[in-house]
Amino acid sequence: MSIKDLELKSIEYRKKILEIIFNGGAGHTAGSLSCIDILNVLYNKILNINPNNFSSYDRNHYIQSKGHSVEALYTVLCDKNFFSKDDLLTLNKFNSHFIGHPTKKIPGIEHNTGALGHGLSVAVGMAIGLKLNNKNFKIFTLLGDGELSEGSIWEALLSANKYNLDNLVVIVDRNKLQITGRTEEVNPIEPLKDKFNSFGLSTREIDGNSVHELNDVLSFTPFEKNKVNVIIANTIKGKGISFMENQVVWHHKVPTEEQYNLALNELEKLKINIEND
Amino acid sequence: MIEKANLEVFADTLLELARKDKDIIVVTSDSRGSGKLTNFGHELPDQIIEVGIAEQNLVGICAGLSAVGKKVFGVSPSSFLTARSLEQIKNDIAYSDHPVTLVGISAGVSYGQLGATHHSIHDIAVLRAINNINIVVPADNFETKEVIKAAINFKHPLFIRFGKKPMIKLHDGDHNFTIGSGIKLKSGKDLAIIATGETVQRAFKACELLKKIDINCTLISMHTIKPFDEEIFLNSISKVKAVITVEEHSVSGGLGEKCASVMMQKNIHLPFKILGFPDEYMVNGSQKDVLDHYNMSAEKILELAKNLIK
Ligand SMILES: Cc1ncc(C[n+]2csc(CCOP(=O)(O)OP(=O)(O)O)c2C)c(N)n1
Ligand SMILES: [Mg+2]
Repeated sequence: MSIKDLELKSIEYRKKILEIIFNGGAGHTAGSLSCIDILNVLYNKILNINPNNFSSYDRNHYIQSKGHSVEALYTVLCDKNFFSKDDLLTLNKFNSHFIGHPTKKIPGIEHNTGALGHGLSVAVGMAIGLKLNNKNFKIFTLLGDGELSEGSIWEALLSANKYNLDNLVVIVDRNKLQITGRTEEVNPIEPLKDKFNSFGLSTREIDGNSVHELNDVLSFTPFEKNKVNVIIANTIKGKGISFMENQVVWHHKVPTEEQYNLALNELEKLKINIEND
Repeated sequence: MIEKANLEVFADTLLELARKDKDIIVVTSDSRGSGKLTNFGHELPDQIIEVGIAEQNLVGICAGLSAVGKKVFGVSPSSFLTARSLEQIKNDIAYSDHPVTLVGISAGVSYGQLGATHHSIHDIAVLRAINNINIVVPADNFETKEVIKAAINFKHPLFIRFGKKPMIKLHDGDHNFTIGSGIKLKSGKDLAIIATGETVQRAFKACELLKKIDINCTLISMHTIKPFDEEIFLNSISKVKAVITVEEHSVSGGLGEKCASVMMQKNIHLPFKILGFPDEYMVNGSQKDVLDHYNMSAEKILELAKNLIK
């Protein structure tokens, strides 16, 4: 898939995210829009996970620790044919397995998340296990930047460094917002890169809404032999929809019909721009 | 009459009290919006401590603030507050006897479709098993306001939990609220319903339906789960033909099992049924749909009551 194709995919995914949230009446809208480019590149270029190999241990793995952005994950898994579009439209309906956080009841999901600060330790366990089995596969995990306040994250990083987990790729969705407001006001985490490096990790910082930069950085891991890979993906919460970008209220909010149509129009314009580029 | 959500009453009451008492401190973990404490933060910025998404840290900091004389309210979703920070609650609050009030918001299945990670149907059970922490689950606005007022000068650890939906008014004004004493909302000789928290509302409606078919119920709002008000419980079941308990919590280790254990040890044998969530992978849906599914609607309670006293 070319970079241009990936960019078009991101537009299609953003539309789908909005559709399922609008239809399901609930969703973590802005955080799904901030990380969708990351998931796009992972699932279409890097991971090589599909319904045929999913049941095997011997493949790459993805754990979404910031589970609340499940709409982004559902959208990509649907596109990878793990389940049908009709199934996905049962999101939030009574008795549906499609709920507001990842569960293994849904094909393609590897771990139940939703309480923040759990995914990284699980990913560390998987990375150690694959090394013990002498397998060359990698574990990718996605964290929120607000999530980094959980102490368990830093416990997990100590273990990851101790076991030289260069098969672990930790991606931080650095959208600089959480529920209450800006991360640097709620609980400052900067200088973040220095913190990671001081833990012995190998850290790269990129534009996390650029499929081009994502593809470049994710294609060449490990960054350094025997070192844990960390990617600070600078993103925009609500990316792609002008009135959602950087707006704290869109953390968990459903667009009205009017807002939904406006958003689709904006995405359609972006799509035409990319096609004509 | 429909009133406010208990959550709103909690936030309004706390703000009112904190304006007059600089020692009242609220601690949040990216939870001030969910706790309706945004206004509190604007008006009394020096009386709110924000720790970020770090619930264990929150509970430890609450203990520390209390250790130097502050009147502390730790406010976070009940699920994270009582599961993730359980050891801090056990050691730093309960065992160390710091009179902190921990407020579990969006308790039970208030989070609906957000699912099991967010449901808090274990909190009563785990805290019941820990010495020296009191547990209060208010049923309506009146009980919520009263428990927050009482919490300010309460001398020991206290845990309070509630949801976020508007409540109906249950009390007609002539009830007293004391932590540790259940409240009799209705008297009747056929059946006793012992409920706690927002399920009292559902039980209340069931009692009204039952009255229409001449089944008269005693209804107790057992807002304090610990210490358990044995006296009002034994009184309420002394003349009835059957007992039903209702709680927005797992049937394991909750109000119902507490009632059963009291009855067994007093040699009281009556038809008895616990309504709560079974030990299974729970159905997904809104709070209302989930409660209805597990037989906690007024109509289902009515059917159950008819069968029990037959
Ligand atoms: C342990 C835990 N505490 C609190 C929450 C509630 N919560 C859900 S999302 C969120 C904010 C997350 O912020 P961030 O990690 O920055 O995610 P993003 O901005 O990407 O949405 C919080 C506090 C949770 N899900 N888990
Ligand atoms: Mg964020």
